[in-house]
Amino acid sequence: MRVSVKWLSEYLDLSEIKPVDLADQITLTGIEVDDVTLPALTLENLVVGKVMAAEKIPDSDHLKKTVVNIGKDESVSIVCGAPNVKAGQKVIVALPGVKLPNGLKIKKSKLRGVESNGMICSLQELGFSDSVVPKKAKDGIYILPIDAKTGHKALPYIGLDDAYIELDITPNRADALSMRGVGHEVGAILNQKPVFPEIMVSDDRTENVDEYISVSVEDEQDTPVYKMRIIKDLQVVESPMWLQRKLMNVGIRPIDAVVDVTNYIMLEYGQPLHAFDYDALNDKEIKVRRARKDESLVTLDGLKRELNPDNLVITNDGEPVALAGVMGGLTTHVTEKTQTVALESALFESSVIRKTAQSLNLRSESSSRFEKGLNTAVIEQALDHAAQLIADLGSGQVVSGVAKVETIQPEDKKVTIALDTINHTLGTSLVMDEVVQLMERLGFDTETSARPLTVTIPPRRWDIEIEADIIEEVARLHGYSRIPATLPKNESIPGELTPKQQLVRETRRFMEGAGLSQAISYALTTNEKAKAFSKHDADPVKLDWPMSAEHQALRMSLLSGLLDNVQYNVARQNKRVAFYEIGRVFHAVSDNKLPNEITHLAGALTGPRIEANWQEDEQDFDFYAVKGILEEWFIMLGITDEISFVPTQTFEELHPGRTAEIRWQNKGVGVIGQLHPALAEDRDLKETYLFEIDMDILLDAEKDTLIHAPIQKYPGTKRDVAFVVDETVLHDDVLSVMKQNGGKWLKAVKLFDLYQGNTIEEGKKSMAYSLTYQNLEATLKEEEVTADFEKLKTALVENLHAEIR
Amino acid sequence: MEMEEKLSALLEKAKIEVNEAQDLKEIEALRIKYLGKKGEVTNVLKGMKDVSPKERPIIGKKANEVRDAITVILADEKGKLEKEKLEQQLAEETIDVTLPGKAVTTGQTHVLTQIIEEIEDLFLGMGYQVIEGAEVETDYYNFERVNLPQNHPARDMQDTFYITSDILLRTHTSPVQARTLEQHDFDKGPLKMISPGKVYRRDTDDATHSHQFHQIEGLVIDENITMADLKGTLELLAQKMFGKEREIRLRPSYFPFTEPSVEVDVSCFKCGGKGCSVCKQTGWIEILGAGMTHPDVLEMSGIDSKKYGGFAFGMGPDRIAMLKYGVNDIRNFYLNDQRFLEQFKRKG
Ligand SMILES: [Zn+2]
Repeated sequence: MRVSVKWLSEYLDLSEIKPVDLADQITLTGIEVDDVTLPALTLENLVVGKVMAAEKIPDSDHLKKTVVNIGKDESVSIVCGAPNVKAGQKVIVALPGVKLPNGLKIKKSKLRGVESNGMICSLQELGFSDSVVPKKAKDGIYILPIDAKTGHKALPYIGLDDAYIELDITPNRADALSMRGVGHEVGAILNQKPVFPEIMVSDDRTENVDEYISVSVEDEQDTPVYKMRIIKDLQVVESPMWLQRKLMNVGIRPIDAVVDVTNYIMLEYGQPLHAFDYDALNDKEIKVRRARKDESLVTLDGLKRELNPDNLVITNDGEPVALAGVMGGLTTHVTEKTQTVALESALFESSVIRKTAQSLNLRSESSSRFEKGLNTAVIEQALDHAAQLIADLGSGQVVSGVAKVETIQPEDKKVTIALDTINHTLGTSLVMDEVVQLMERLGFDTETSARPLTVTIPPRRWDIEIEADIIEEVARLHGYSRIPATLPKNESIPGELTPKQQLVRETRRFMEGAGLSQAISYALTTNEKAKAFSKHDADPVKLDWPMSAEHQALRMSLLSGLLDNVQYNVARQNKRVAFYEIGRVFHAVSDNKLPNEITHLAGALTGPRIEANWQEDEQDFDFYAVKGILEEWFIMLGITDEISFVPTQTFEELHPGRTAEIRWQNKGVGVIGQLHPALAEDRDLKETYLFEIDMDILLDAEKDTLIHAPIQKYPGTKRDVAFVVDETVLHDDVLSVMKQNGGKWLKAVKLFDLYQGNTIEEGKKSMAYSLTYQNLEATLKEEEVTADFEKLKTALVENLHAEIR
Repeated sequence: MEMEEKLSALLEKAKIEVNEAQDLKEIEALRIKYLGKKGEVTNVLKGMKDVSPKERPIIGKKANEVRDAITVILADEKGKLEKEKLEQQLAEETIDVTLPGKAVTTGQTHVLTQIIEEIEDLFLGMGYQVIEGAEVETDYYNFERVNLPQNHPARDMQDTFYITSDILLRTHTSPVQARTLEQHDFDKGPLKMISPGKVYRRDTDDATHSHQFHQIEGLVIDENITMADLKGTLELLAQKMFGKEREIRLRPSYFPFTEPSVEVDVSCFKCGGKGCSVCKQTGWIEILGAGMTHPDVLEMSGIDSKKYGGFAFGMGPDRIAMLKYGVNDIRNFYLNDQRFLEQFKRKG
């Protein structure tokens, strides 16, 4: 809502306060101010000029040489390109030195050899937007009324000598969507009682509205109030300057005196009005009802609207003539030929208007006011004021009487509240008198004789209903700066992260210590990326109405997002990229249920793990570097013994020979592998390694309590074994044979050499392991170890056809 | 006396030889030569059988003196040689300490997580719990339970990604509060919680809008909680995030789930309040929204709003990070450019 300070001064004395200070006070006590504009600051030197002569410049197709009188005997020569400039007009002249809002600085110049000492301005050049400029002034200079005083300042004529305060009105304060509402609000802030002019209708008693029209409503819920007045013997003229000026400056385009008055009254009272061309109605009955299926209406903008029973319509002779509260119909709208106007002022159910405006995409100043609620006390007052003004401006007459359906009466509300409740909620120590004074500033009557306090709320503040609303009014007018700052005094319970939250944090620190940086990617992605890398065989959760294909489905894996990040960085010369991400993936359950949200940990690594330096050669990330990070993480979680890595070829996005399913307690919980070289090439990536793990399942796992184990005092005995086996034999196969046949003293097995090549038969590999035997209770005897070791070697030969070396 | 002279001569000889020894090996050889079982001292003593019983103790004493003296000489020389050897070794081992060290590559926490953890820690210290909820929610918990029924005009304030007509991506973390409220047992104490997490809005991504961002909301419900307590809590938060000198100011605002509702500004940390480009010349920066929990919100969770009340507040870590570090494009947080992220490695 854009508020003219001059207009506001019609209700309040604002002579003692600067507009910027007023704006500050409004922000701190009432409604947020977005912006204060003072156009006069830069446009001071615009004058009213009288065009004395305007002649075409011979060798130009549109330029004219004009002589403009700018007061007393002073005239200047100005070259003007506007098609509508003519001798005799009063115009707005910018003299050299003026800087226009578009940045143009006026200078003396010569055009086509003709001296130009200024500029005749259009409204757009003065900062008005195309959408508010009157249609006939759109393509040329703005022409002032003929009685404008030559040589005087031009700004007052177009309202630019004013200050404008842009209010950002929240949905609860729709009462301030009118100048009168703002008057009440600013009055409360400044502790002044606003004064509003009385409106008297001088109607023609020789006729009654009944002879012209009758109104009815189908449903009192939809239309609790519907009122109509008739204005006759009209001439539809252009609005006077004062009215055009007020409208343009708050963002509404002047059209004609009838439409302008309806807009003006809406701005003053917050009550939307609609004017029908009475002569275009077919009969004398207006009925408000829900639209029928298959009905349609051509609205003011010329578009044919298909209607349905969600829409409320104004009908005449059985046909819709307007979309209630949203937009009028084309056939009944006021034209310059209109002589009789039927003027509507009504209250429509907000949700019906909202639905219609939304479904037809027809939001307007009027529909949004219906949606947010109206001051029921001024429905008729606004109608009276508008009718009289239309009559005055168009030399017509208001027909006596109001045609109406009125099922509700504006009523005051009473809210009772104890002083204690106010002080308890705010942490203040206000006394009753202070509260009563604050209520008086708002114009609310109070009854203090009976405790608790009873506050009477007029209909103009329909947002106030409960104790908390009164507390809010007290708090803001008393001043938030005067509320003390304390801390809750309740019993203190220590706050702590849950063990799982703690582990998530430990995991972050661990991954960062291992050289991976945290990434945060978008959860919404393309349909394909949402599915990629996921073994969950359901479709991703998709948005009902996505804004773009890029963000239409919820990810089922973190890896696509991480790969995008890797690709982005590699494309920008970041050779080494190592990311981890902890985030949710989403698995659809069924149509009307919430999806499962699972927290995953994923990583993507490419490029040098160690960069070449004066001591070492470059070493790229490989499968085992990444696996080592995870193995260490499993140690941190205390689940190493329950983890296994099993070769898998089921991920089509991963290298079939370099991918393992990660299993915990023999359940698949994740994957580690190399990005499929074909996909890597598509993304211009070198070898890239990925992992992803269901973190929820691992962090939720029951763990044994950690108990310190004594440091071993009996030395272990070591034995090395080297052998040749088929290259298809896995390290895991060797381990399980050793575990099963190693005897009870075998405590640790470590691979220390793996070789394939020249000296080994093709299809075979040589492996060497170091074994540690240990008895926790006593020193082991050589013979015991030797016996077990021999058994183990035999088992390797028997089970794996190993050739011991 | 012959033997005594022999012993003396032996000592003199040993002195010369030990002095001439070049390394520890020679020292050891000399030790064996003189003091060994078959060494020269022993050798001389073999002549004891020819010495008169009277002289024996004298010779014996002399022999011990010579033995001791040679031992000392050997030890001294050994020590000297060992020291030389060590010095030589150290000289050989000297390196260029100005050569670069081996790189230790660590990763860093995302700047948004840093902000979130910092706020979590502050509130954990004040006895709050951290509660995360689902990112996909029902319309009921996301809107109706925070006092935004169907067709409420304020629903326009938050454009929403719907999955079905009932299921949506949460537009704020408030549903976590609603779900926690209805489960909390006030017999076990007050409810003090913060809920950090991702939220989603139907916005076109640009420098200041993101369809995905983060939010942290806080909620305290108990008997006797006042707006002054809210103010004090937020003052602490502002000072923790933006510096000890910061002040806050509350302005009236509107949120459907609080009443009174306020917008909270913090005095500009860049200019201290004089006015600059960060605070758009106002001296104040809007950082969060807050208010006293609306009685309807409590009643919908089955809590007696006559007995219990409290406050709620909400802020955006993305916005805080942008303000604090002068980041002018919110998309940077989700692009994961390492060059951007690495700037926030510095903690000091
Ligand atoms: Zn500043």
